[in-house]
Amino acid sequence: MSSERIIQVERDILGKNDRLAADNRARFQADEVLAFNLVSSPGAGKTSLLVRAVSGLKDSFPIGVIEGDQQTSNDAERIRATGVAAIQVNTGKGCHLDAAMVGQAYDRLPWLNGGLLFIENVGNLVCPAAFDLGEACKIVVFSTTEGEDKPLKYPDMFAASSLMLINKIDLAPVLDFDLARTVEYARRVNPGIEVMTVSARTGEGFPALYAWIRRRWAKAKQAEMAAQG
Amino acid sequence: MHEMALCEGIIGIVEEEARKRSFAKVNVVCLEIGALSHVAPEAMKFCFEAVAARTIAQGARLEIIATPGTAWCMACSKSVEIKQRYEPCPSCGGYQLQVTGGEEMRVRELEVD
Repeated sequence: MSSERIIQVERDILGKNDRLAADNRARFQADEVLAFNLVSSPGAGKTSLLVRAVSGLKDSFPIGVIEGDQQTSNDAERIRATGVAAIQVNTGKGCHLDAAMVGQAYDRLPWLNGGLLFIENVGNLVCPAAFDLGEACKIVVFSTTEGEDKPLKYPDMFAASSLMLINKIDLAPVLDFDLARTVEYARRVNPGIEVMTVSARTGEGFPALYAWIRRRWAKAKQAEMAAQG
Repeated sequence: MHEMALCEGIIGIVEEEARKRSFAKVNVVCLEIGALSHVAPEAMKFCFEAVAARTIAQGARLEIIATPGTAWCMACSKSVEIKQRYEPCPSCGGYQLQVTGGEEMRVRELEVD
């Protein structure tokens, strides 16, 4: 007679990653660190944007950067050249960072007490959408050299992000880039997504980005104080 | 190819269940995959076979139950079914939709010996 039986499991496939992400989130909260997960396709300008942003913010906050790439430590070296601490994670064949990699990289950063953590994910608009790293929110970097319909082609990532940074805005005139259409498409997949235009090359739009980060930081601080009573 | 990492997650769950509930062979792994989740079922099947090799789930059949995508339309104030994230509300044609279901990726049950 067959001993075949059915076992009810009902478990999330990403359960392990989600548990580790929750651990990261608790650590960031204990250190009062606000963490952002930057996602984009390759070449949208995440690293150039970060180099400028950490240079502009490093006198106001302790800052750490976790750089994810399949290979090389080029990006971490570009960040370190600004004087900000950076840890490079090489995912090898992997197409995304996961919560375990971020937890281990965070161990190797100096204490960011009350500061900012930027996690630059692997350049890929698909896989990183599924993996929570413990961040406060995802920021999707989109550049004017990409097609306006990218939010429709890769809806998961735009749906998962709180802010869309439209980079290379200085090139918009020569590209006939249609900003309104891009924003409309992004809001089709995520009606609540915030949008800002920036140029990592010229610095255009960065004061508004810094103001947005400061607001998020103040809000997190307020929530923390309210939680402590 | 994040389906590879997801399949490793499935095998991890199956191995844990095998230890807890003592079984030695898995015939069927049944998943519940939402229409709005991050998974292409075909890619999942392809990866599963590769990842399951030389594990307790070697040779097991992967069954995928597709669950529908649902959203709350803020304009209509009602729940509607959508197939993709960029789809408009089937009632009013608007995009003021909040996804409420269809994002799940779960191991529902196992058929074991």
